[in-house]
Amino acid sequence: MVQDLHRLKETPSQTAGPYVHIGLTPNFCDIRGVYETDLGTAMVNERTLGERISLRGRIFDGGETVLRDGMVEIWQADAAGFHNSPSELRGTADPNFTGWGRCPTSGEDGIFHFDTIKPGRVPYKDGRWMAPHITLWIVARGINIGLHTRAYFSDEADANAADPLLSRIEHRARVETMIAQREGNIYTIDIHLQGPKETVFLDI
Amino acid sequence: MPTQSNQRPETGAFFARDRAWHAPALTPEYKTSILRSPQRPLLSLDGTISEITGPVFGHSMIGELDNDLIHNYARSGESAIGERIIVHGRVLDENARPVRGALLEFWQANAGGRYRHKKETYLAAIDPNFGGCGRTITDDEGHYAFRTVKPGPYPWPNGVNDWRPAHIHFSVFGHGFAQRLITQMYFEGDPMIWKCPIVQTIPDRAAIEQLIAPLDWGQTIPMDARAFKFDIVLRGRRSTLFENRLEGN
Ligand SMILES: [Fe+2]
Repeated sequence: MVQDLHRLKETPSQTAGPYVHIGLTPNFCDIRGVYETDLGTAMVNERTLGERISLRGRIFDGGETVLRDGMVEIWQADAAGFHNSPSELRGTADPNFTGWGRCPTSGEDGIFHFDTIKPGRVPYKDGRWMAPHITLWIVARGINIGLHTRAYFSDEADANAADPLLSRIEHRARVETMIAQREGNIYTIDIHLQGPKETVFLDI
Repeated sequence: MPTQSNQRPETGAFFARDRAWHAPALTPEYKTSILRSPQRPLLSLDGTISEITGPVFGHSMIGELDNDLIHNYARSGESAIGERIIVHGRVLDENARPVRGALLEFWQANAGGRYRHKKETYLAAIDPNFGGCGRTITDDEGHYAFRTVKPGPYPWPNGVNDWRPAHIHFSVFGHGFAQRLITQMYFEGDPMIWKCPIVQTIPDRAAIEQLIAPLDWGQTIPMDARAFKFDIVLRGRRSTLFENRLEGN
């Protein structure tokens, strides 16, 4: 026998199921009057600093069918590269920016859409700068444990080329799965759960 | 935002996730997973500042009835139909430390096993007084509690005759986005737990048992509501022993 580490095991994940919208965005699925608004619908207000952008996309299964019962959450730094979190010790984040958004993929087209700002750069653990990015977390019926990935920006080619995470992707063609394509102020990133265009998902 | 001033800020990265404890992505007995499971290896990333931080939610955003599913959708003076229960417990991390200020959101079917959703076609009746969602935030010791009716089991299209055991869905925010978790709670003594393809996606029996809430006779309120206790464990952080500080930080 040896000493006990006194560690607990993480609660196992289970799928969010087909009715995740009831719990997380009840107003969206017509359960009115319980909460005033659905959490995560407003990330910015009129005083938020930074360049206004939208991030949008769809989620495809291995049969190229769009998911209409999923949910996406995003988390990102503010325009100066600080997170609105007590664990952020490098500086104080913009109080007018939550950094966190939540959007169901539903309706006819399965599009998720966030009105946000372009984040500033934040450092990797060794001090090198990462390219600006937004962290995504995806859940749906049929997904047993939430999937983490990132959206980088197509107009940041130089920063992307030097990004410590993107440089670690062995199959270079897959880097593109993490790059949101810019058109005007809209960045589009489609998530492919499997198949030849499968998104690079992260074990964080 | 909860005050953190009397606590050391949490800046460590999280323990690596024990993926063998969780369900794998591809679990063919749960058919929907077949086309929705990534097939490539996940790219490992020891948490950066982008993932060890996360949003926090203040107690002020919680409404008075948010943790009372018996009443939060009911007409004035009425209540949801079903077995009245209290679900309570603590949110801890893998270091067995309480997670204060954790946002818990939950959703469930009504007592007959019917969800209030336009895509739901089960013939069990809708309860006009039951919406099926609630939320709460843990206190300084990680405690939470809510009141609801016990959800019914329901059939679902997977195998010809598959039923979900009674369950409550939970969504949990800790303090870091890498801790983000969605899971389901089951009830002690339900024989249907062991027949469920979604439960069986989890390979380890001990892990499944971690999702089963025991009847808590001590906390049961006489003449009112039985209690079930469900503790939730989120990923723990490494202490930042001997870890390199970033230049200039
Ligand atoms: Fe369910």
